[in-house]
Amino acid sequence: MKSLGADFWSGLALGGLGAYIVVTASRWEYLGADGPGPGFFPLWYGIAMAGLSLALMISSVRTPGVRIDWTGSARAFATWAALAVAVALLKVAGFLLCFGALTFFIAAVMYRRPVLIAALVAVAAAAAFYLVFPLALGVKLP
Amino acid sequence: MDIASGLLHGFAVALQPMNLLWCFVGVLLGTIVGVMPGLGPPATIAMLLPLTFLMNPASAIIMLAGIYYGAKYGGSTTSILLNVPGESASVATCFDGYQMARKGRAGAALGIAAIASFIAGTVGVIGIMLIAPPLARVALAFSSPEYFALMALGLAMVVLLAGRSMVKALLAMLVGLWLAGIGTDLFSQTSRFTFGQMELLSGVDFVVVAIGVFAVGEVLANMEGREAAKALPVPKGLRNLLPTRQDLKDSRFAFANGSLVGFFIGVLPGAGSTIASFISYGLEKAVSRRPEEFGKGVVEGVAAPEAANNAETGGALIPMLTLGIPGSSTTAVLLAALVLWGFKPGPLFIPEQPALFWGLVASMYIGNVMLLVLNMPLVPLFAQVLRTPAYVLYPLIIGISLVGVYSTSGSLFDVWLLAGFGLLGYVMRKLDYPSAPLILGLVLGGALERALRQSLMMSDGSISILVSRPVSAVMLSLALLILLIPVFGKLNRWRLQALEK
Repeated sequence: MKSLGADFWSGLALGGLGAYIVVTASRWEYLGADGPGPGFFPLWYGIAMAGLSLALMISSVRTPGVRIDWTGSARAFATWAALAVAVALLKVAGFLLCFGALTFFIAAVMYRRPVLIAALVAVAAAAAFYLVFPLALGVKLP
Repeated sequence: MDIASGLLHGFAVALQPMNLLWCFVGVLLGTIVGVMPGLGPPATIAMLLPLTFLMNPASAIIMLAGIYYGAKYGGSTTSILLNVPGESASVATCFDGYQMARKGRAGAALGIAAIASFIAGTVGVIGIMLIAPPLARVALAFSSPEYFALMALGLAMVVLLAGRSMVKALLAMLVGLWLAGIGTDLFSQTSRFTFGQMELLSGVDFVVVAIGVFAVGEVLANMEGREAAKALPVPKGLRNLLPTRQDLKDSRFAFANGSLVGFFIGVLPGAGSTIASFISYGLEKAVSRRPEEFGKGVVEGVAAPEAANNAETGGALIPMLTLGIPGSSTTAVLLAALVLWGFKPGPLFIPEQPALFWGLVASMYIGNVMLLVLNMPLVPLFAQVLRTPAYVLYPLIIGISLVGVYSTSGSLFDVWLLAGFGLLGYVMRKLDYPSAPLILGLVLGGALERALRQSLMMSDGSISILVSRPVSAVMLSLALLILLIPVFGKLNRWRLQALEK
């Protein structure tokens, strides 16, 4: 069996979102005495989303689109995962530590810089943020 | 206020020392952003938006607009020296600019790009000055049905030209409309799509989505590759950056062609500077006496697209300021900035905020002069920006994004949303879903729904109000025709060919 492409799966996900919007919006008032209710507009764009997603899925099955080059995506996803960990630790460790660690990860792991250089970049970047935002601009860090 | 007195008033605002300083900061930042491949004006403006809340709105809009048009100047540097466009509007500049640089004429290419940008940028500002006030007066007659139709037409144009697949562009726009609908409905106080989260009752902050999709998404996309391309050297000395008299003579028509094409395409929602620069390049080639030389390093092949992408800026600001309808991602972010500062872009913007409008127009004249002065002698310095290592640049962009988002709301929930929208921005790029319709859907979603509901309230629920009024009927018919283009094979092939080129 031919494997289904990214367009099919993205269409499926958006179709699910469209269905959720339609189901949720249909619980709200559609037309009231004062005119259209809160469900009016979402219902229509939800139907449009579900319909277009279905069209995308059907067209992706009938004519496979351009193959997506996923080479290098592992690096992007690893960076995003590191960002997510840094955000999760913000409350516990504070911005400067998390941001420094994220910078170190990008320099040392993603760009294979020597550990000393990566550490220097991380410390300098965190220090620069501290000097510019809370000290110079009075902006609170997360 | 007539144009002359408006402009005088504008210069009085723009020439204030603080506004001059912010104009300089904006054009300088814009040039640097334009030089850097992978960091565009919408990402930069979105990242800096939270910091502008501390500023006077006139200074802030002058600075943000400076980033917008400054980036167009900077983009040519990377195209010419690296054969990599600093931003999408500079793709067409690569064709002849890089070939000129390879022949040892990088200085002349950079010089003609700066001169073309200056001339066309100035033509664009003259265009705003002449067209925006009368257009705003016409739009004063618009009511809710016309506004709904105008927004629908704008969104349809963006969908038409945003990407290869109109279905994907429409889906991205619908996701934007859904995001705009999250929060409390102001008509009925019903909370919609909040998933029981208190933080979502006031809606999803535009800044979070824009920074996530543009800045974080761009960083993730750029993280895919480790190697950086090598730039060609920039000749030292101002004399080596000046084009010859023959270069200027050869570029005369290109300056005029680029300025006019760029400006008028800019006014159309969705077309944008990339399309303007390609059309202008194609037109220049079509009328040239040496079309076979195009792509091999002719000076007018640099002048035409550079002029077009700079004139487009002026054109693109017109619908944003006078109708409240942005035609591109960057103008959508600028519109959101004005709304966040408490202004209402639309037909009443010019009469109600003359200092802001005319101050912005005057600052663009000044900014264009600053850019010419900056770009001619300082190109070698800007080219050094290309040497910034990716492992320094990308963490800085992520850090500024995190601080920017947190500073607007003080909420860690928004920081999580930022990470989520960053991933969404990256995945959209990979799957070829354009981001402009999503951002425009988000920016216009609330106003679109409000206009539709108000129209139906005016007509006691009858949808016929949208087609019984001539202006809205014409605009909705046009929107429908645009959306039906894929059904007509020949027209769709033309659209796809235009996008391919």
